[in-house]
Amino acid sequence: MILDGKTPTGPIEKTWDKHRFDMKLVNPSNKRKFKVLVVGTGLAGGAAAASLGELGYNVEAFCYQDSSRRAHSIAAQGGINAAKNYPNDGDSIYRLFYDTIKGGDFRAREADVWRLAQVSNSIIDQCVAQGVPFARDYAGYLDNRSFGGAQVSRTFYARGQTGQQLLLGAYSALSRQVKAGTVKLYERTEMVDLVVVDGVAKGITCRDMITGEIKSYWGDAVILATGGYVNVFYLSTNAMGCSVTAAWKAVQKGAYFANPCYTQIHPTCIPQTGDHQSKLTLMSESLRNDGRCWAPKKKEDCEKAPGDIPEEDRDYYLERKYPSFGNLAPRDIASRAAKEQCDDERGVGPGKRGVYLDYATAIERVGEHTIKERYGNLFEMYEKITDENAYKRPMRIYPAPHYAMGGLWVDYNLMSNVPGLFVLGEANFSVHGANRLGASALMQGLADGYFVIPYTIAGYLATVTPGVVTDEHPAFKESKEQVQAQTDKLLNIKGKKTVSEFHRELGKVMWEDVGMARSEASLKNALQRIPEIRDEFWKNVNVTGSGEELNQQLENAGRVADFLEFAEVFATDALHREESCGGHFRTEHQTDDGEAMRDDENFAYVAAWEFKGVGKAPELHKEPLKFENVKLAVRSYK
Amino acid sequence: MDLTLHVWRQSGPKDKGQLETYPVKGISPDMSFLEMLDEVNEQLIKTGKLPIVFDHDCREGICGTCSQTINGKAHGGQDRTTVCQLHMRSFKDGDEIFIEPWRARAFPVIKDLIVDRTALDTIMQAGGYVSCHTGGIPDGNAHPIGKPVADYAMDAAECIGCGACVAGCPNSSAMLFTSAKVAQLAVLPQGKHEAKARVKNMTDALQTSGFGNCTNHLECEASCPKGISVKFIAKLNREYMKAVVS
Ligand SMILES: Cc1cc2nc3c(=O)[nH]c(=O)nc-3n(C[C@H](O)[C@H](O)[C@H](O)COP(=O)(O)OP(=O)(O)OC[C@H]3O[C@@H](n4cnc5c(N)ncnc54)[C@H](O)[C@@H]3O)c2cc1C
Ligand code: SF4
Ligand code: FES
Repeated sequence: MILDGKTPTGPIEKTWDKHRFDMKLVNPSNKRKFKVLVVGTGLAGGAAAASLGELGYNVEAFCYQDSSRRAHSIAAQGGINAAKNYPNDGDSIYRLFYDTIKGGDFRAREADVWRLAQVSNSIIDQCVAQGVPFARDYAGYLDNRSFGGAQVSRTFYARGQTGQQLLLGAYSALSRQVKAGTVKLYERTEMVDLVVVDGVAKGITCRDMITGEIKSYWGDAVILATGGYVNVFYLSTNAMGCSVTAAWKAVQKGAYFANPCYTQIHPTCIPQTGDHQSKLTLMSESLRNDGRCWAPKKKEDCEKAPGDIPEEDRDYYLERKYPSFGNLAPRDIASRAAKEQCDDERGVGPGKRGVYLDYATAIERVGEHTIKERYGNLFEMYEKITDENAYKRPMRIYPAPHYAMGGLWVDYNLMSNVPGLFVLGEANFSVHGANRLGASALMQGLADGYFVIPYTIAGYLATVTPGVVTDEHPAFKESKEQVQAQTDKLLNIKGKKTVSEFHRELGKVMWEDVGMARSEASLKNALQRIPEIRDEFWKNVNVTGSGEELNQQLENAGRVADFLEFAEVFATDALHREESCGGHFRTEHQTDDGEAMRDDENFAYVAAWEFKGVGKAPELHKEPLKFENVKLAVRSYK
Repeated sequence: MDLTLHVWRQSGPKDKGQLETYPVKGISPDMSFLEMLDEVNEQLIKTGKLPIVFDHDCREGICGTCSQTINGKAHGGQDRTTVCQLHMRSFKDGDEIFIEPWRARAFPVIKDLIVDRTALDTIMQAGGYVSCHTGGIPDGNAHPIGKPVADYAMDAAECIGCGACVAGCPNSSAMLFTSAKVAQLAVLPQGKHEAKARVKNMTDALQTSGFGNCTNHLECEASCPKGISVKFIAKLNREYMKAVVS
């Protein structure tokens, strides 16, 4: 089937304004009658729930953490982009739009990206009004920095804790609506099923994570803002509870999953120290503004202390390969280059999976004091984890799974192919194409939540009668029974291996065969291994405790079970995409000097997968991508 | 290294709970404290026992979920460190480690090391915000904010809402947590207009949510993993006086 993204036509600068005008409105006195369920209270969900509550809708919001303030958006460090052009350095909505399309390697919809760039400025204003303490200069104006290789300074930041401050802003807006009685919060409540009635999303089923009670909630629309899925790799920079579960349950009920193979591997993470490792820690990309990446030229130097390796025996590989961007090359390129050094057996540190990020030159140039001012908190964090002082000895870094560009397929209104089901933030696939630029996920989450969904959901709700389907409908009972059956099944296997052991095993396959570089052979191997692990999981997992209590093993078992189904679709997507683009690198498709080779003729489309049942091949639906405002070009950073 | 853990086990809110002892072997100094507990849990599961439940999510010191009292100190007592940032290299071979949940009347134990901290959200809902709507906002540079003010607001805004200040306080007061938000918003031009109502509503909520009074022990600052300063409590008190006097 050919999917229709429902993008408005006409000059791109006018698309969003025109669309806003064309959409139907909900009568203000009727809004209270509509119940909207928002799953997730990160930047996307928090902003959406608060804004919809303010508009007068009856909102219920859900999160698995103990407080809506703790979504993983909190961990974003670097900053948020906007096209304000405060520094007068040539930025504009058009440039932000262009950079995002190009950065995404020409695999995103133009109109969606345009809208993102257009509303980016309002986001900053909104956050300032909420009291977000962005960095300011001495005159009191908002400060900007250049980030992630952008050639203009358009990134707003709050020390190294931008995500935290933006999320606390959204959380405060949400708290205000809770007090006003328009939003009801359900914390420690995990969505474990989507309820679909006659093909339309009408509710969710959740597990109360304290009592274990399985309960359904009805709504006239359901919004998923449940974050990304890179924990499918087991080790990633995501929080321990991040999962694909909410999105996957929607897929099981008919929603399409778009571009699962587009994942971002972030170049500056702290390398793994051993098998006990439970997660990886990201260090802000801003570190590459002053640090120089290198690996020893000679294998026999890898064990030496870095200070004992003379200058001429160091390979500053990014500066060598990308003379014009150097250490600021985009994430996918920098990550792959680090992997190449280690594959060539020139890596350093435990397991030789690491390269150096060296500040000696910068310290010589601007002094330790300035470096401390710029990156003090990151150096401190590095020392806490590694016990090494990066002012004295180069940091060791290695890439780690970080962000999911893929996600549930949505049209221009952020509605999935299941009517009534909207998807926001990292959980959808929309604007980042095959690669996301730094500081643009926070922007997208807040754009979706504050400035897109309040309009587009009205267009949908205006066509439905509120409250016609409630939890009295038999589909809700059925959903609860299904969840109960899965819970019982998991608890009764009583096998020999722990949930973590399965997750680790899956992660290893995903990282080695479906990670930074993929080949037909590695993907076929993964497609054989994943079902084997899944079969063993359902025969041999040991989930302790009962269903009627707080049970973290059971929570994790459910998430791993979903990852085990999702991983297969992920690998299938990677295998079918016979090109290299953005975060998806197929070793068969590269130039002589190892650069990614896109195939616009055959692959300029969104791949949306329909689930056909466990162990069955998913069906591919395509949404062709048209580029009318940006010329398709080879993404070169040389 | 080998250690002896004494861990608080409590099957539910009604259970009395008790410390149980677990000898653990072969812990690597590179492990984080929570990875050490993961390892213990894997062993417990393999021997047919129930794993220890504890709260955690980001494991990088920013979400504020992790919450354990280690050897009597909230977050283990290391300077500016949450439990999840604590590494085993801070312990020695043969150490005995006592692990307990936050202890405070306002934070009832749910199970083992997990407590209920919704009282902190209640305080925020009472007034920890600026009453602005989405949209219709002037340009972000319309009201310049001097760098010292912006920095002061940011110092206060770094609070992660973990509740260690409450756990560390002999009175179980949430004054430091509350004051950080009051102070952040009181100094900003956007937050000033509601400052009086905010400080009153938030302190009222503080008193009705089961927290104790602040009697200046300063244990909160000592327990805080983000270095939130007690100067914000002084600011809250000044704001409170302004609000009730006028
Ligand atoms: C370490 C790190 C640093 C980053 N730095 C930056 C940066 O500097 N700039 C930038 O632009 N981006 C950055 N990103 C990316 C960005 O932070 C995220 O993409 C973005 O915050 C995601 O927001 P979200 O609202 O979509 O999801 P999240 O914030 O992940 O929120 C997901 C929500 O869904 C809930 N949820 C999930 N599943 C369920 C379920 N089954 N049931 C109930 N609730 C559920 C969770 O409880 C949570 O509330 C960073 C990411 C990481 C990991
Ligand atoms: S003030 Fe400090 S100890 Fe208290 S909640 Fe905030 S971060 Fe935690
Ligand atoms: S787990 Fe997030 S702060 Fe410790």
